[in-house]
Amino acid sequence: MKITKLSDFFVTGDPLIYGADVAIGLTMVAIVVALTAFKRWGWLWREWLTTVDHKRIGIMYVIASLLMLFRGGVDALLMRTQLALPDSMEFLKPDHYNDIFTTHGVIMILFMAMPLMFGLFNLVVPLQIGARDVAFPLLNSLSFWLFFMGAMLFNVSFVIGGSPEAGWLAYPPLSEKMFSPGVGQDFYIWGIQISGIGSLMTGINFIVTILKMRAPGMKLMKMPMFTWSVLSSCLTIILAFPILTVTLALLFIDRYFGAHFFTLDMGGNPMMYINLIWMWGHPEVYIVVLPAFGIFSEIVATFSKKRLFGYGSMVFALMSISVFSFFTWAHHFFTMGSGANVNAFFAVTTMIIAIPTGVKIFNWLFTMYKGKITFELPMLWTMAFIPCFVVGGMTGVMLSVAPADFQFHNSYFLIAHFHQVLIGGVVFGYFAGLYYWWPKVFGFKLNEKLGRWAFWLWNIGFYVCFMPQYVLGLMGMTRRVSSYSWDTGWWSWNFVSTIGGFLMGIGFLFQVWQILHSIKFMKRVKGDPWGGRTLEWSIPSPAPFYNFAITPKVEGRDDWWRRKELAAQGIQDPPPKYEPIHMPKNSGTPIVMSVFWFILGFGFVFDWLWLIIPGAIGIAGTMLYHSFNYDTDYYVTVDEIKKTEAKAGRVV
Amino acid sequence: MAQHHDTHAPHGGDAHESHGSMKSYVLGFVLSLVLTAIPLILVLNDIVTGNAADVVLLVTAVLQFVVQLFFFMHLKEEKKPRYNLMVLLLGLVIVLTIVAGSIWIMKYNMVSH
Repeated sequence: MKITKLSDFFVTGDPLIYGADVAIGLTMVAIVVALTAFKRWGWLWREWLTTVDHKRIGIMYVIASLLMLFRGGVDALLMRTQLALPDSMEFLKPDHYNDIFTTHGVIMILFMAMPLMFGLFNLVVPLQIGARDVAFPLLNSLSFWLFFMGAMLFNVSFVIGGSPEAGWLAYPPLSEKMFSPGVGQDFYIWGIQISGIGSLMTGINFIVTILKMRAPGMKLMKMPMFTWSVLSSCLTIILAFPILTVTLALLFIDRYFGAHFFTLDMGGNPMMYINLIWMWGHPEVYIVVLPAFGIFSEIVATFSKKRLFGYGSMVFALMSISVFSFFTWAHHFFTMGSGANVNAFFAVTTMIIAIPTGVKIFNWLFTMYKGKITFELPMLWTMAFIPCFVVGGMTGVMLSVAPADFQFHNSYFLIAHFHQVLIGGVVFGYFAGLYYWWPKVFGFKLNEKLGRWAFWLWNIGFYVCFMPQYVLGLMGMTRRVSSYSWDTGWWSWNFVSTIGGFLMGIGFLFQVWQILHSIKFMKRVKGDPWGGRTLEWSIPSPAPFYNFAITPKVEGRDDWWRRKELAAQGIQDPPPKYEPIHMPKNSGTPIVMSVFWFILGFGFVFDWLWLIIPGAIGIAGTMLYHSFNYDTDYYVTVDEIKKTEAKAGRVV
Repeated sequence: MAQHHDTHAPHGGDAHESHGSMKSYVLGFVLSLVLTAIPLILVLNDIVTGNAADVVLLVTAVLQFVVQLFFFMHLKEEKKPRYNLMVLLLGLVIVLTIVAGSIWIMKYNMVSH
C-alpha cells in the first residue's frame, strides 16, 4: 500500500481514537520510564521475557488475556451505549460500529478466551500430573510470544491502518478486496494466523505432556479431571485449527494474489468459506468450554469434600464431545439453503451433542449431594454457572431446530444464546479457575469480600444484560445494527440491556480492585489452602521453579487426598532423598522469532516487500540459530533443592 | 526435558523404539517407486482414461500412503498404547468428514450458480 499522507497510515477523524492514541502513548512512555527508573530491564528480560518456566508463561498469558478482556469489554460497552441512544446523538457512526463489533468478537474469542485458557493449562497441568515442566518448554514460550505478537498485530489496527469491519468470522464477499479494500482485513488475517500457529503448538505440547510426562503410577484413568479436559480440548485444537489456517490462507490468497476461491465472480463461492470456517468455528467453542468443565469438576469435588461423582462417565463425556464437535458445524448456517436433508442431519447431531453435556451437569449435582459444601469464591462461580449454562444450553437446543432457526438466525436471540454459554460457561469457569488456583500460583488468596461484590455485580449484570436480548430477538431485532427507529419498540429492552452491560463492567473493576487490594494486604497461605485433592496442592505455594523436589509416586485418583488420609492415620511418607533435577534453560529465541513474525505480518498487511523480506529472513535465521544451540539444559544441585525447600518451609 | 527421558526422567513408556532395518527401508522404497510408476505409465500411455484413470490414481495414492506409514513412519512397530495409530484413525475420520461433508453441503448450493 502506498502511503502518501499521514492519514493513510494512522486512523484519523474520530475523537475516541485520538483519545486512545494519547492513552496508548502515555502508557508506553510510563512503562519505559518506570523500567528505566527502577533499573528493571535486565530483570524483565531474564526473569520473564526469556523464561521457559510454564508457571511464568501461564502468568503472562493471564495478564495478557485480562488486558484483552478489558479492551473487548470496552468495545462491548461502546456498542451498548450506542444502542441505548440509537439516534438522539451519533455516538458511534455506522462504520465505527462495524469496526467495534468485529474487534469485540475476535478479541473475546481468540485473544481473551484462548490465552486465558492456555494460561490455566500452563499454570495447572504440569503440577497436576507431577511433571517438572511441559514436554517442550521452549516451544511453549514460542507459543506464548506468537500469540502475543499476533494479538498486538490485530490490536494496532485500530490506530494504524484501520480495523477490520466484516464481522468476527470475516465472511466473504464482504471481506474480499472488492468490498474491504483497506488493510483492516489483512490485520485480521495475519493477527489470527500468527497467533494460530501458537495455539496449534500449544495443543501439541499439552497432548504430549499429558500422555508422556505423568508421574509414575498415574494411569490415564487416575488423572485429575481438569487434565482430562485439557487433553480433550487439545485434541480438538490440533484437528480444528489447521482448518482455520487453511481457510484464512485461501482468503489471503484471494486478497493478495487476486485468486477467486470465495469471490462472487470467476467461479468463486463465498458459501464454501462459510462452510469451512464453521468446521473450525464450532469445535472452537468446545475447545474453550471443555477446560471450563474440567475446572468445575475440580472445584465441585474440592468444596464438597467428596470425590467426583461418575468419573468414568465424565471422561467419556469430555472425550466424546471433543470428537462429536466436528459433526455439527452446519447448524451455524441452516438458512444458507443446503436443503432439508442436510439441515435435518445437522439438527439431529446438534441435539445429540447436548446429551454428554447434560450428563456432566448431573455429575456435578450428584457430587454435591450430601457433601459438606463451603461457598468460597471458586464454588460461588461454579454455582452460578450451573443454572446459567443449563438455560443457555436449552436455548441452544431451540436454535438447533432447523425450521425454527429461520426465525432465530442472526437475531438477538442468537446473540443472547451464545453470550450465555460463553460468559456463563467459559468466563465463569475461567474466573472460578483463577480464584481456585490463584493461591497456588501466587501464594496468597484473593480478598473474599470484594470478590463477592464482583460476583454479584457480574451475575446480576449478566441477566439484566442478556435476558432482554432474547426478547429483542423474538421481536425481530437483528445483530450488527447500530441504530433502529423508535416505532420498533426496542428501546426500553435495549436500555435495560445496556444497564446490565455496565453492571458487568463495574464487576470487572471490582475484580481489579480485589487483586490490587489483596496484593497490598497480602496474607501468605501454605501449600494447600482449600483442602485440595490433587497433586498440585502437595507442594508449596507458589511452587518452586522445579515444581516437585521428588517426583511423586501416584497410587490412586485424588492422590494428595489419599496421602492426607494416610498421614491422618499416622502413616508418614519416608524422608525425602533428593537427586539432581534436570531443567531447561531460558532462551531469547522465542521472543526474537516472534518479533520477526510481527514484522513479517505487518509487511504483508501493507504489502511492503522491504519489510516482508527482513521478517522472513529473521524467522529463518532464529530457527537456524536455535537448531545449532546445544546449550539448552542444566541440572539443579541437591544443595540448591534443599535450600529452596527449606525456604518454602518444608522439612529437609 | 522431553529429549532427556531415556536417561533421566522416570516417566516410563519411552524406551528406544525400533527404527526399521535396511531391508524394510529398501522394500518400502521399491514399493513406493512401483506405486508411483503404475499410474504414470498407465496415464501417460493412455492405457486408462476418464473415470478409470481417476480410480487408478486414487487407489495407488492411498496404497502409497499406507506403504509410507508402515515402512517409513514405523506405524506397526509402535508400542502400546498405540497413540499414533489412534490419532491417525481419528484424523482420517475428520478428513473424511471435512471432504464428504463439504461436498454434501455444497452440492445443494450449486443452484445459486
